[in-house]
Amino acid sequence: MDIVSLIAHVQGLTAIAVGLVFGLGALGTAIGFGILGGKFLEGCARQPELSNMLAGRMFLMAGLLDAVAMIGIGFSLYFVFDNPFVSAVKAAANIVSH
Amino acid sequence: MSQTAAITPNEYIHHHLTYWTVGHGFWSLHLDTLLVSLMLGFVFFFSFWMAARKATSGVPGKWQNLVETLVGFVDQQVKETFHGRNKLIAPLALTIFVWVWLMNFMDMLPVDLLPRLAQWLGMPFGANPEHVYLKVVPTNDMNMTFALSLTVFVLMMFFSVRVKGPLGYAKELFTHPFAVHNLFAKLLLALPNLLLNLVETLAKPLSLSLRLFGNMFAGELLFVLIALLPWWVQWPLSFAWTVFHLLIITIQAFLFMMLTIVYLSMAHESHHSH
Repeated sequence: MDIVSLIAHVQGLTAIAVGLVFGLGALGTAIGFGILGGKFLEGCARQPELSNMLAGRMFLMAGLLDAVAMIGIGFSLYFVFDNPFVSAVKAAANIVSH
Repeated sequence: MSQTAAITPNEYIHHHLTYWTVGHGFWSLHLDTLLVSLMLGFVFFFSFWMAARKATSGVPGKWQNLVETLVGFVDQQVKETFHGRNKLIAPLALTIFVWVWLMNFMDMLPVDLLPRLAQWLGMPFGANPEHVYLKVVPTNDMNMTFALSLTVFVLMMFFSVRVKGPLGYAKELFTHPFAVHNLFAKLLLALPNLLLNLVETLAKPLSLSLRLFGNMFAGELLFVLIALLPWWVQWPLSFAWTVFHLLIITIQAFLFMMLTIVYLSMAHESHHSH
């Protein structure tokens, strides 16, 4: 197999993987935020005097919810622009041809 | 800058993703991360120190007002969340909050501003502008966020051992979260407890640093990608993302501080009350 089709194969699979990471992360985060926001509104409706404190806690939880999705996004963007799998293929090609 | 006419988008992105590295391999240092974070640390330290020196009990000036608000806010958070006695926690929390916020805020500067300045400054010294790299957001760098979180991790271990004693801490690793009174059951559950505790202990610094890194890396990359679009699209998109990113910056700095306080509070707690 020539190097171009190998690299294209790896890049294509990486693109699918990046899409999965983005999508599943977004899915989990969206559902989590929905539940979090719903509970927050419920709490504010029950006890309006606590709404400031609850809002602060909500943003705290929002930061935690974002965490794994953002980690996934960070790493998958790294894969998009500097794919280590492609570097491995290129290194293997260098070894084979020398 | 005649080189910019020939730069492809890929090269532009790669240029903005490269650090100003000195040295090679394991011993390479990202000088841009180190210098910017040190400078911001000095800015924070010096400005807060000046506020403390010039503090009046009369009508406060604007800067003193801001510093008092921040210190009061952090103090309140520490009082609510920290269940031990330790004089280090509140100053540590304040430092983490303001320093991480300042480092994150460097993402708000235009993407090409400081790197282009660095290229212009480098030219009289004969540096090739295409090889002048500058990444101005220190928390963009995994090394920086891991430095922060590993410091917190070391503090966690240190305080755990100091408050509970080395034997007490080891005992806690083997008997929590599944605590039983039967000796046979204790021996049976010791290994699962240890595994769970190891995973939890390792996950704390990892998640702390990678959360901040992921947020800042994705944010900066989005700014770089927006910079590649035509000018009439850049303004609304940039504005929207900047406003959202301001919120994210503040939340991430606050979250780092809160989790530090929570983890250190857990390190001070002895579970005998359970």
